[in-house]
Amino acid sequence: MSKRVVLEASHAVAEAVKMADVDLIAAYPITPQTHIPERLAEMVAEGDLDAAYVPVESEHSAMSAVLGAAAVGARSFTTTAGQGLELMHEALYIASSHRYPIVMAVCNRTLSAPINIWCDHSDVMACRDVGWIQVFCQNNQEAFDMTLWAFRVAEDPKVMFPTMVHLDGFILSHVTEPLVLPDPKDAAAFIPRYDYRLALRPETPTSHGCFGPPDIYFEVKYAQELALRESRSVIDQGWKELGEAFGRHYQAVETYKAEGATTLLVTMGSLGETAKMVVDAKRAKGEAVGHLNLRLWRPFPFADFRKAVKGVKTLVVVDRCLSFGGPGGPLVSELKSALFDLDDRPKVVSFVAGVGGREVDDAAFEYMIDRGQELAKTGTDCLYEPLQIRGLATGTGVRG
Amino acid sequence: MAMKGYKLPGEVPWNDLELGAIVTEPGSSVFKKTGDWRTERPVVDRAKCIKCGLCWLHCPDAAVTPLDNGYFEPDLFHCKGCGICAAICPKAAITMNEEVEK
Amino acid sequence: MAGDFVKVGKYQIDAREYLAPGHTFCTGCGEALAIRLVCKALGENTIIAMATGCDEVCTSPLPVTSWRLPWLHTLFENTGAEMSGVEAGIKAMMRKGKMPEREIKFVAMGGDGGTSDIGLQSLSGAFERGHDFLYVCWDNEAYMNTGIQRSSATPYGASTTTAPAGKLSIGQSTQKKNLVEIFAAHGIPYAATACPSYPFDLMNKVKKGVEVKGPAYIHVHTVCPTGWRTPSRDTIAVGKLAVETGVFPLYEIENGRYRLNVDAPKLKPVEQYLKAQGRFRHLSPDEIGKIQERVNLEYARLKEKVAHFPAA
Repeated sequence: MSKRVVLEASHAVAEAVKMADVDLIAAYPITPQTHIPERLAEMVAEGDLDAAYVPVESEHSAMSAVLGAAAVGARSFTTTAGQGLELMHEALYIASSHRYPIVMAVCNRTLSAPINIWCDHSDVMACRDVGWIQVFCQNNQEAFDMTLWAFRVAEDPKVMFPTMVHLDGFILSHVTEPLVLPDPKDAAAFIPRYDYRLALRPETPTSHGCFGPPDIYFEVKYAQELALRESRSVIDQGWKELGEAFGRHYQAVETYKAEGATTLLVTMGSLGETAKMVVDAKRAKGEAVGHLNLRLWRPFPFADFRKAVKGVKTLVVVDRCLSFGGPGGPLVSELKSALFDLDDRPKVVSFVAGVGGREVDDAAFEYMIDRGQELAKTGTDCLYEPLQIRGLATGTGVRG
Repeated sequence: MAMKGYKLPGEVPWNDLELGAIVTEPGSSVFKKTGDWRTERPVVDRAKCIKCGLCWLHCPDAAVTPLDNGYFEPDLFHCKGCGICAAICPKAAITMNEEVEK
Repeated sequence: MAGDFVKVGKYQIDAREYLAPGHTFCTGCGEALAIRLVCKALGENTIIAMATGCDEVCTSPLPVTSWRLPWLHTLFENTGAEMSGVEAGIKAMMRKGKMPEREIKFVAMGGDGGTSDIGLQSLSGAFERGHDFLYVCWDNEAYMNTGIQRSSATPYGASTTTAPAGKLSIGQSTQKKNLVEIFAAHGIPYAATACPSYPFDLMNKVKKGVEVKGPAYIHVHTVCPTGWRTPSRDTIAVGKLAVETGVFPLYEIENGRYRLNVDAPKLKPVEQYLKAQGRFRHLSPDEIGKIQERVNLEYARLKEKVAHFPAA
């Protein structure tokens, strides 16, 4: 029997990990992720989850431990945030290159210095190229659903890629709200039994992690790159099955009130919830504004995105971090590259907001929509406009 | 699929790699003729050999083959000519002779 | 081809070669020999996790491998953590009935760089958590694979490429970290030193290390002809001198209690060991004298520990 419960998003993630019957959890505590490993440790201690809980001594070791567990065919999970994601950076590449289906929840936190435990997407953006499947959550239901879905997709023999589930630190991770939990039996049935063909076993002495000189390295990487892109079909299939099993439907690119919209607000993560409220308000006033939630970050859904913005005049894109000295916000730079070759493409206006945990409220969104439409008309020589910097006149952009 | 039978990195096409570039053939390095490295080769005087096995035990390259008759024979395909076997032999039954061009 | 065992002295040694020839270790490499012997002591029910280093690079060139045991390599500094996941993952799957229960030996391996420097933290963590595995350190006393750079295991007075002997430098100016004591201080049940010049001692210690419940550590002195500038044929002889001069005593610490495996009424002078290696050739008699004093001191300390805390 599925049931409606009230849970903190961190605990919702832990519930999904429990229902997925993981074999091993290795994690190092870092705010704002701590409630996830704490809840999992509690589940293990109470006998509610039969898994090895390995309290490693750093995030690099957390990813290393799950690499080891995945190599032997154990279903493994870890979780981190901010600095922790950076500390394990080199190990992230290994997980993808070895094609281990590790699932990791990241409570997005900004990067030092200065040290700041609050939310933005700079930790994510530093990991764009590591070769993981990456999705964003907007609310607690999604935090649960995406975590469960992640195991289903990652372990599929046609995929075998590690998967990151992103939830905004504090803003989502620490929010308590209602969600529907499936019956554990249904959740277990949603994820097939995992049998890793190449698991390290004495009977099958394989070598994982061999030395790859120039003559072979590019071939290995090309195979990995193609496979990551080809995993799209299973990614969509996984969401289709989730919809059939639990009645909630997800897509790589999700639009809200976009029919006939001339302006689309584009966000990733929990900003989407506030954005949708503001879209409702705009629509009530008769403005043709909609919202686009980019759920699937990697592999980037180029075709879906181009299709979703067809006919739209203006995209107002909200990045949740900076890319110093770079092409403006990381998200908007990728969206622009997706649109570049189109003969008919929308104007793209870039804002950077919510950095270091700063709130982005509905007034901020109203401003961005109005200002975005204005800049789309007049044009701008600025790469992006940062929001609400004390001492900076409103409307001041950053030039390239 | 799965990199079977390939020896050199430059031989493997991208679509014949195993998942994760994992190597599934144990001990597949045996094709490599490390015997080409040596400048000296071990020569065994069977008359002196007492079949103690120390040459076999101390070879870093497992390039000493134990025979059914209890003697041991250098595996010249792999032997790098380090000379440890000659140094360890309690009966000085092994000498290292200079490799000559054929 | 002989049968399953080769008789060497009173011992029956596993004839199987778990490390296949065709590997690219240097001619006369002490580490290659040590790996070969360690694997014979382990047998086939073993899973190996290995750090980046000579051991990994020389044995795993895509698309082939020298390994005839299941083998994992990921990074340089994480072997302790990686093995923690291997061991805990397998144990969890057995407990949950996801794989049949059977005995598997978990053995992690790394060089002195990957153990004493960059890998110290992750190994410390694995030992503290008490995972049931053996860690074997191949100590050739520098970062040999990348070109003989110094590590914290490089001995005082040795010349390396990043601490070279010169007008203003004796080479390594610090004393080697004592990893055996560091890891024994974690409270692990078994820690020991070993050397492939004493192959039966090495293999017995490996067997002990995997049999013990909980973590075990073996520190292996592996002569490196390339980095130590020794003739390749002298690998066994130089290793013996390390032990016979007291520079590298062979001992065990079992639950905090000491056993000295090889002792002599009078140790050979360290000069014999040092003069056999090009990396020490710049040392003056005074400097050699300083090294001798230090070896005397440390050996005496070890003998005191053996006297006060003898193993059964």
